Amino acid sequence: MFESKAGVLLIGGLGFFAFAFVSNAVVPILMYRDLPEQTAEETVNANLMYEFEDLSRRFPEAFEKHYGQPTKENAAKALRLGRDLYIGEGCWHCHSQFVRPVSNESLRWGPVAKTEEYQNELQRPVMFGTRRVGPDLSREGGRRSNDWQAVHLFRPETVSTGSPMPEYAWFFDGDPSKPSERGLAVLTYIQWLGSWLESYPYYEDYQPVETMEAAP
Amino acid sequence: MIAGSFEKEGGDGDLPRHEDLVDERLVRWHFLAALTFLAVSLLGGLLMALQLIHWNPLRGIELLSPGRWRMVHTNAIAYGFLANAFLGALYWAVPRLTLKPVQSPALSYFIYFAWQAVVLATAVGILLGQAQGVEWGETPVWIDPVALLGLLLVAVNFMTPIARAKGPLYVTLWYFMAAFVWTFLTYAMGNFVPQYVAAGTSGGAVAGLFIHDLVGLFVTPLGWGLMYYFVPVILRKPIWSHGLSLVGFWGLAFFYPLNGIHHFLYTPIPMFLQYGAVIATVAVEMVVTTVIINFFATIWGSGRQVVTNLPIRWFYTGMVLYFVTCLQCALQVTLTFQALIHFTDWVVGHAHLVMFGVFSLWLFGVMTYLFPRLLKREWYSQQLCEWHYWLSTAGIVLMFTDLTLAGIFQGYYWSSLQSWDVSVDGSQPFWIVRLFAGLGIIGGQLCFFYNIYRTYQLGPKPAAATASGEPIPATT
Repeated sequence: MFESKAGVLLIGGLGFFAFAFVSNAVVPILMYRDLPEQTAEETVNANLMYEFEDLSRRFPEAFEKHYGQPTKENAAKALRLGRDLYIGEGCWHCHSQFVRPVSNESLRWGPVAKTEEYQNELQRPVMFGTRRVGPDLSREGGRRSNDWQAVHLFRPETVSTGSPMPEYAWFFDGDPSKPSERGLAVLTYIQWLGSWLESYPYYEDYQPVETMEAAP
Repeated sequence: MIAGSFEKEGGDGDLPRHEDLVDERLVRWHFLAALTFLAVSLLGGLLMALQLIHWNPLRGIELLSPGRWRMVHTNAIAYGFLANAFLGALYWAVPRLTLKPVQSPALSYFIYFAWQAVVLATAVGILLGQAQGVEWGETPVWIDPVALLGLLLVAVNFMTPIARAKGPLYVTLWYFMAAFVWTFLTYAMGNFVPQYVAAGTSGGAVAGLFIHDLVGLFVTPLGWGLMYYFVPVILRKPIWSHGLSLVGFWGLAFFYPLNGIHHFLYTPIPMFLQYGAVIATVAVEMVVTTVIINFFATIWGSGRQVVTNLPIRWFYTGMVLYFVTCLQCALQVTLTFQALIHFTDWVVGHAHLVMFGVFSLWLFGVMTYLFPRLLKREWYSQQLCEWHYWLSTAGIVLMFTDLTLAGIFQGYYWSSLQSWDVSVDGSQPFWIVRLFAGLGIIGGQLCFFYNIYRTYQLGPKPAAATASGEPIPATT
């Protein structure tokens, strides 16, 4: 059996592979089957909308041109494109998206990662990451302003001395104050990361733009 | 039929002739494609290394962005270099072991061109920013089905002679057979499940399986299969223990697929699955030890071959580094080590040691052995062969040591809550050393490329001097 073609193919090739797949992949899939998977629209929350509207005021021309109004649907559209760019540019190879319960990480970044944070369309495939040249980004949203993020993407060393991060000039029309469609998408995606948390920094008092303008 | 590889095909009327079994042109083509993609991968690695130390001369160019080239770097080495070099070696080894030709020459050439198209499309797709978010599987999603079809055709092409072979199967063929099944399943699992079936954490578990299985169930069984074939052939004596090779194969087959989740320890993946992966990983180390013992017992008594016979030296250097890799794996996979070294350059050092220090070295050994046979002439320069060996070996050992140390420093910088720039600044000396280690490796390959070119220019010797299957003194 252990030296026959059938044994090698059926037991070693198929059998053991199937055993590993069931025990290591099907088990967690079944365990989490009751956690609903959110769409990008469903993940858009008040904290993200604050930043999205901030983008529309800071970069009105570009925003108007590429996204029109700062609506939830447009935020979801920007998130999807932003996620694709985050993958396509390989951001996830130098930035992780999970805070571990060890190595003082919760002191540096915030709450330890939980399963439900990843049950959404934008974590398909999941962006855990395996290397940190730069810091973890899963609690980056709201930590820094859109201006800072734009300048940092355009030329990281301007705001982060000694940073080895590449420059992403192609997210802008020649100047960090002119983000392109892709630039706005990436900025939205970065501000989305961790926006679902209670401990999201600074913006607990958020109110939508319309009410602010309507106030006498 | 083990005997087949030891006999002079063509000299014995009952056995098929080597010329009828092996399409040498195809072996050559696959090797040349492999080396082309190796060069691409090395350039990608060089660009990334330069970026980290602020010396990137090409900054600000979208298509040359280091983040994209980093993915070309890994994909070119896995699917361009390793896959092509393995295919070349398989076209030599499988027909000679089974005494049957592959399914069809037409299919072989179709696979050749299809695979180059797949790898090229992958590189172009990644450079255009279309990567898929699965590590080691960044192949754009629209190429995945084509690549999978290619893997299926490869399996059909090589399973035919194996299925037709008479008598008990030699250990090499167990590894190859299992590898054809595993590679196909692994590729399908890793590229489709996290993308289309399971989101989030459980998708992460599958992505972990994929990262690991790509090395463990595609590269490793093909690599060891080649070692079980070429080492006895070149040493002209059988493997020391058949029993141990059984332990090695079945141990790998059972434990290796259970390891994947160890790439994502301390994530929200259920903890009992993480523990299971850790235990299975330590078990793999035990299995690996039996394989290493078997190979060192095989060379026992012919130890001088490591000095005099270059392919054997490549093989055994790779095996020593394999043992180091696996020993390191058994340690670093524990939660204690993970807390410190995960996310650091330690892991990058480990990955380079596996992919270059073990499997690339083995394939360089196979190429060093086969090129004179394929081109029907001796190497242009033994000196250049030696330079290739020493620069590659010294380069990877230096890179591994350097990145491992860097990882420990980075881990402590982070856990001691120093500002993030401290870990980046503190890494600079290590990254600079890594650049020079990489340049050493590149220099070694340049010697190899030049040597192949000059060897090709020499013109063939009379066939009698280099009958295939006969050891050629050029490599000894």
